[in-house]
Amino acid sequence: MSNENSGAVEKLSDPGLPEHVHRKTDVDPRAAKKAERQVAILFALSAIGTVLFIYSYIWIPEDTFIFLPITGTTNAHQLFLGLGLAMALFFIGMGAVHWAKTLMPDHEVVDYRKEQRSKDEDRAALVATVKEGAANAGLGRRPLIKRTMGVALGLVGLSPLLLLRDLGPLPGDELTKTNWKEGTRLVTDPGDRPIRPSDLEVGGVAQVQPAFPPGKVRHLDDIAKDSVLLVRLRPEEFNLDAERLSWTYEGIIAFSKICSHMGCAVALYEQTTKHLLCPCHQSTFDVTRAAKVIFGPAARPLPQLPITVDSEGYLVAQAPFNEAVGPSFWERDS
Amino acid sequence: MSARERLAGGTANFIDERTGAAKWMKKTLTKVFPDHWSFMLGEIVMYSFVILLLSGTFLTFWFDPSMKEVEYEGSYEPLSGVKMSAAYASTLNISFDVRGGLLMRQIHHWAALIFMAAMVIHMMRVFFTGAFRKPRELNWIIGVALLTLGIVEGFLGYSLPDDLLSGTGIRIAEAIIQAIPVVGSYLSYFLFGGAFPGEVFVQRIYAAHILLIPGIMLALITAHLMLVWYQKHTQYPGPGRTEKNVVGYPLMPVYMAKAGGFFFIVFGVTAFLGAVASINPIWIYGPYNPGQIGAGSQPDWYMGWLDGLVRLAPPIETHAFGYTISWNILIPGLIVPGIIFTLLAFYPFIEQWMTGDKREHHILDRPRNNPNRTAIGAMSLTFTLVALINGGNDLIATHFDLSINQIMWFSRIGIILLPPLAFVITKRICLSLQRADRELVLHGRETGRLVMLPHGEFIEVHEPLSPEKAYVLTQHEQNPPLAISSEDAQGVANPQGIKGRIRTRLSQAAQEQIAKPTTKEVLELEEGQH
Amino acid sequence: MTPLIRIFEKLSKYRRHKFAGPALLITGLSLAGIGFSVAQAATTEIQQVATSDKASLIAEGKEIFARGCSSCHGLNAEGAGAAPSLIGVGAASVDFQVATGRMPMADMSQQAMRKEPVYNEAEVAALAAYVASLAPGPAAVTNEELAWERSGDTALGGELFRTNCAMCHNLAGQGGALTQGKYAPTVMGVEPRHIYEAMVTGPQAMPVFANTVLTHDEKLSIIKWIKHAENEPALGGAALGRVGPVTEGLLAWTLGLGLLIGIAVWLTTKAR
Repeated sequence: MSNENSGAVEKLSDPGLPEHVHRKTDVDPRAAKKAERQVAILFALSAIGTVLFIYSYIWIPEDTFIFLPITGTTNAHQLFLGLGLAMALFFIGMGAVHWAKTLMPDHEVVDYRKEQRSKDEDRAALVATVKEGAANAGLGRRPLIKRTMGVALGLVGLSPLLLLRDLGPLPGDELTKTNWKEGTRLVTDPGDRPIRPSDLEVGGVAQVQPAFPPGKVRHLDDIAKDSVLLVRLRPEEFNLDAERLSWTYEGIIAFSKICSHMGCAVALYEQTTKHLLCPCHQSTFDVTRAAKVIFGPAARPLPQLPITVDSEGYLVAQAPFNEAVGPSFWERDS
Repeated sequence: MSARERLAGGTANFIDERTGAAKWMKKTLTKVFPDHWSFMLGEIVMYSFVILLLSGTFLTFWFDPSMKEVEYEGSYEPLSGVKMSAAYASTLNISFDVRGGLLMRQIHHWAALIFMAAMVIHMMRVFFTGAFRKPRELNWIIGVALLTLGIVEGFLGYSLPDDLLSGTGIRIAEAIIQAIPVVGSYLSYFLFGGAFPGEVFVQRIYAAHILLIPGIMLALITAHLMLVWYQKHTQYPGPGRTEKNVVGYPLMPVYMAKAGGFFFIVFGVTAFLGAVASINPIWIYGPYNPGQIGAGSQPDWYMGWLDGLVRLAPPIETHAFGYTISWNILIPGLIVPGIIFTLLAFYPFIEQWMTGDKREHHILDRPRNNPNRTAIGAMSLTFTLVALINGGNDLIATHFDLSINQIMWFSRIGIILLPPLAFVITKRICLSLQRADRELVLHGRETGRLVMLPHGEFIEVHEPLSPEKAYVLTQHEQNPPLAISSEDAQGVANPQGIKGRIRTRLSQAAQEQIAKPTTKEVLELEEGQH
Repeated sequence: MTPLIRIFEKLSKYRRHKFAGPALLITGLSLAGIGFSVAQAATTEIQQVATSDKASLIAEGKEIFARGCSSCHGLNAEGAGAAPSLIGVGAASVDFQVATGRMPMADMSQQAMRKEPVYNEAEVAALAAYVASLAPGPAAVTNEELAWERSGDTALGGELFRTNCAMCHNLAGQGGALTQGKYAPTVMGVEPRHIYEAMVTGPQAMPVFANTVLTHDEKLSIIKWIKHAENEPALGGAALGRVGPVTEGLLAWTLGLGLLIGIAVWLTTKAR
């Protein structure tokens, strides 16, 4: 059922531009006057809008609130300033458009297209000019000039990229290091209080940072790699191998809070399922199995921080993380 | 001569004596523009860009792009004394301590959302009507470049206040950069001046956001408009409209009034949104802290499809020889978008290759008359829509009492199955519409009036179409598919080989149409009785 | 009967009116809806129980428990199947779960939803006393006891909320999705004592925030911030649900583009 007559198809003949239909404003001078009044009213509304705008800016105090349906209670200064501006602009536009539609001539005009392609003689002339110019430059006969020019331009073009070197330091092995060392105390975030195991109830969580020595300031850079989540389960709920079990303490387990997928904070702990959920892309980690990924796009479990208690009974790290925290990168070897 | 005429004449003389502008001015003021509402979508984009420039400039007078830590001392009580970056504090300052500041911030952000939305709709209009065909392929490529730049510009823009929501987005962007093989960690350290988040990225994206990208966009927009100007705008098929003319209204006065008026209307509607609808309330989000996160964190809508793709990616990473490649980040974050935008940019040439049609086109296609292209468009939109919806899966889950796990699986399977389904359904619908058009031309419009003939038969009265309507329904071209033979008369195989065969198959699919009625058929019917 | 027939005869004139269908539909739906609401209201009975002394409070609680809770939680609150043991959960848990209407659960789904409480304050107190008598557990608090307005620090509360609560409950406290259809509910419109008790008892999927980890004063600050956020008007206009870019994008496409395209259509239509 397709294309059978395609060879013999001709268009029905073009009936040409349709007859012009006059608008009421073209034939009836009273209608035209009415349209003129309408345009004037629209422009006047715009002026009122500007007045409202100026009034709001100067005389409505910034801490007044007003209740309106749909928007609810909102700041009156903001609202009327904006409404005034909106009115002022909108009705100028409406006035201009209404004027064009009703009063300006609406006869369709025809203009003609030229072919985009230049005329043959123009193209020939261009080709001739270019050829002559190239011949005059003489690059064809003087390859030495061409080659050395290429080298010079290439060098000067690329070498300023060198100036970008100081945009930042080389990463080195920084991506694999955090501030956690053997013996670093776990402290609450915020508050910087050290934590005893008895502080955490079964089913409880704590947001934790490494303790900083007095004088050292914690920056966002540090938070971006040091953040740790402490979760307490009953020891029998763990499903870990001996080594990972030795990194826990009486049912308390610590994970890097920085998602192994793209670096959001994974702090959403579901007490009933023992799962951690990252709210960015819904990667789900099973705490009982050392934060193994059970759903979502994350490809690696969250690094586990080995913990124990120090002589005063506070929770400390046994050792730094055994792998880099956060999202993956080329040099990451696991 | 009145005083006004003398003043105008004097000014015109002054300019003309120095620039010779009179001839160009005359040509310009009488230039003809066709009038259709779908041609105004590009105008919405253009005017939104101007609004962004104006409101953005206002904001730069108060914004401080520094990431230095400060303690907040402004008038918003719930953040009093909280440590934050100067950028965040200055944004709070604009919102609460500069009169009209919050309004301008909101107008700027709403204008950005409308800018991107109008760009997408404009692109869809151009695509579905085939306006990208020769000689307008370059303009299409410029348009795709503007779309890409717009997405980046918007992302950088809402990340300037350094709040918790946008900071999370920057973290995710950094993870994508870091995941790039070989150079990822270096690129990340260079862009952020060290480890994430560092202290320089806000001022660097500020430079990109207020100078570099707007500069490039302005140049591209100028080129885009100049091309439209010189090539003259396309027009919909209709009586009196041919490939060799443009029918419409002259620039002065009608088009100036309508288009100029529309600028004020767009500005007015954007200002209205800025007045009545809250957008990006950064004071609720709090300053960025990499150890904090909020449930239901999404980027702005034009990045939402990227977020959706990242969410539904399977968790694949390869580790070999001490190196890691994160396919779960690279594929949805860089590779798939890269492929999509490349195909998008080169689509005019792909279509040319498929159909073999290398002529100029100035009359637009009705989408139903090119079922293949329309179906491809529907397919791409379905893909993007599934990704976009998945980007909001946690909000959809809480709102409609669903499970994020189920929505994720729906999206993972849907993004593979739904686009081809959309393709097939759209193509069949287009062909049906063509059939309906054919019936309309051959048999006229069914009026629903029943008439009993003298001998007892009931017939429905069909009203023949007006010549204008019949012309619109039949003026399109239906070209035969490419017939690339696999061998010539002497049995020599076609050197194009498999490429040629693929091309033939694609061309046949592309040219599948319902044959329009021939003039002969119509005339025969007109002579007969109904 | 005859006046009724007259009325119907008069109405019958309009049976082919173009609004007859929609009007009938709306009438039918309204009657059904009103009827349902009336019927539902009629079936909930509030029993009045008045008590004063402790021992009788516990006894009363035991009686209410046997009647309304033991079918799931076991005759001695030892738990059965999906319903956990209540021994040691403390008065705080009971006050939170029952006074917010979560318990008794309406259906055995993933999650207990906040709804109209079945028991009044006195009954809740009795139940709480009974459960508390089973084993020591966190004590219930009253709104008056929590001096959050005096002792709380709004700014600190915001910081604490963003670090400890926002990842489940959303930056503006509007609630968020958990796995498998569970959700963290909105914290808006919740009584201060219930917010406190929820933090202390860790209901269902919510973890426990003991006072040793999140101190009593820090909890008060969080409550103060939540109450402030609840009462803060949307400063820039309609709040759009306070869930961020998703609703903003929807509005830009529907109202923004919709208005502009509508005006463009008007702009290019020929005037009459």
